Amino acid sequence: MAKLLEVKGLRAGYGPTEVLHGLDFEIEEGGITTILGANGAGKTTTLRAICGMVRVSGQVSLGGQAIAGKATEDIVRLGVAHVPDGRGTFVQLTTEENIRLGAYVRSDKAAVAADMERIYGYFPRLKERREQQAGTLSGGEQQMLAISRALMLSPRLLLLDEPSFGLAPLIVQEIYRILREINRKERVSMLLVEQNAALALDVADHAYLLETGNVVVSGTSDVIKNDETVRRSYLGY
Amino acid sequence: MEAFLHQIFSGLAAGGIYASVALALVMIYTATHHINFAQGEMAMFATYIGWALIEQVGLPYWVAFFLTIAIAFVAGFTIERIVLRPLADKPVLSIIIAFIGLLVIFNALAGFFFSYTIKAFPSPFPTSPPFGNKFLSWHDLGTVGITVMVLLLLFGFFRFTPLGLAMRAAAFNPESARLVGIRVGLMLALGWGLAASIGGIAGMLVAHVVYLDPNMMSGILLYGFASALLGGIDNPGGAVVGGFIVGVAENLLGAYVIGTELKLSVALVLIIGVLLVRPAGLFGRRLVTRV
Repeated sequence: MAKLLEVKGLRAGYGPTEVLHGLDFEIEEGGITTILGANGAGKTTTLRAICGMVRVSGQVSLGGQAIAGKATEDIVRLGVAHVPDGRGTFVQLTTEENIRLGAYVRSDKAAVAADMERIYGYFPRLKERREQQAGTLSGGEQQMLAISRALMLSPRLLLLDEPSFGLAPLIVQEIYRILREINRKERVSMLLVEQNAALALDVADHAYLLETGNVVVSGTSDVIKNDETVRRSYLGY
Repeated sequence: MEAFLHQIFSGLAAGGIYASVALALVMIYTATHHINFAQGEMAMFATYIGWALIEQVGLPYWVAFFLTIAIAFVAGFTIERIVLRPLADKPVLSIIIAFIGLLVIFNALAGFFFSYTIKAFPSPFPTSPPFGNKFLSWHDLGTVGITVMVLLLLFGFFRFTPLGLAMRAAAFNPESARLVGIRVGLMLALGWGLAASIGGIAGMLVAHVVYLDPNMMSGILLYGFASALLGGIDNPGGAVVGGFIVGVAENLLGAYVIGTELKLSVALVLIIGVLLVRPAGLFGRRLVTRV
């Protein structure tokens, strides 16, 4: 499979504190890759570094094009959608305005309208609440809204930051079922950050284990699942 | 009774002016979440440009009117880029100081270029009273009409155009806005440009009534603040209604209760009262958020 994203020697941090100390990893076209790790390992920072929300050094290339150091707006225009930590809802706007904003950089109006209907097909609850102020949606609905907004970009790469965070198990199952379906049907490549390692390894093809800003283990999900350290520290058996 | 009606109508006429200043304030607040204290002086300076275009260049009124709006837009846009952009991550106090600096600079520049002598500003409307009434002039009616038209245009722009939606998104949540590809800095600058244009419109309408001098907006800006707060600082429609309420209340209280000398304090009492009793204003949206 072709490489969609290649990361070499990625360093990033906040102010004087460096969080990522030279990461190397790759994402394959059409697959789901997951980054596992404990709190503070640098998972969220990795996603933020890819789309230019923190200062970075090192190489990041998307489909062969260097994107490290570009502005977030420009990286988004190259087809990287980000479902951020905390969901990033525009709480004052309506559900539908939130979704429509996801397609802000696209000019193909007919395709955007079709995508909106398709996404409402995945998340019928959002359609019911299209005129409702987005801040009043439940946590699960806001997570669905964040995913919908990102999908409206019609992205080449979807970055997902803990989509299970703070949600009831049933909702988490539903969201993951839909994510898998979108990946299979529409071939959207995904990079998934998740604290719930068992869940992430279930959906992902590839996994990287991050410890204090370094990749310590990598491989296919099946290999990682059986890795001694991962099993004991992150899967708990 | 006739004197009473006269007070009401001249209150409505003044209200039209306060409403347009309030609209400019709401505009900047919607786009940036700041209250621009220099809004009045920027409007005054734009009005001087309009005056120079009419009286010194000799352009027809409406040509000068729209040219002034365009110049004000470019100026507002540029001020955001040059003065406020570098302060983007600074504490709000730094930004307020910059606003006060702009206020003083524009006031001084106007005096320097155009002198402090009071100037008459023309009106594009006929001078004869409309329909034979003795309460309202054509200029008063025109002011109200233009204000309402600006309001409708703004409402349509923010509600129904993708650019308007992007500007609101950039103001509410800059980080998420960047994540959908909105150029947030550009949106803020556009917001400043729009506000400066609206301020310019207000200035040109005011100047015919109060005459043009570098301090003409100081009192009006206070009424504008009161109107914007009363209507709800994030609600353009509310700001316009607030403008008319403040205009009428100020005139009636001035004529029958506290006397004209203390009229301006009505604005201050209103500002403090609204902030204490109903901070969201009459029509402001009280935000509900689940956490």
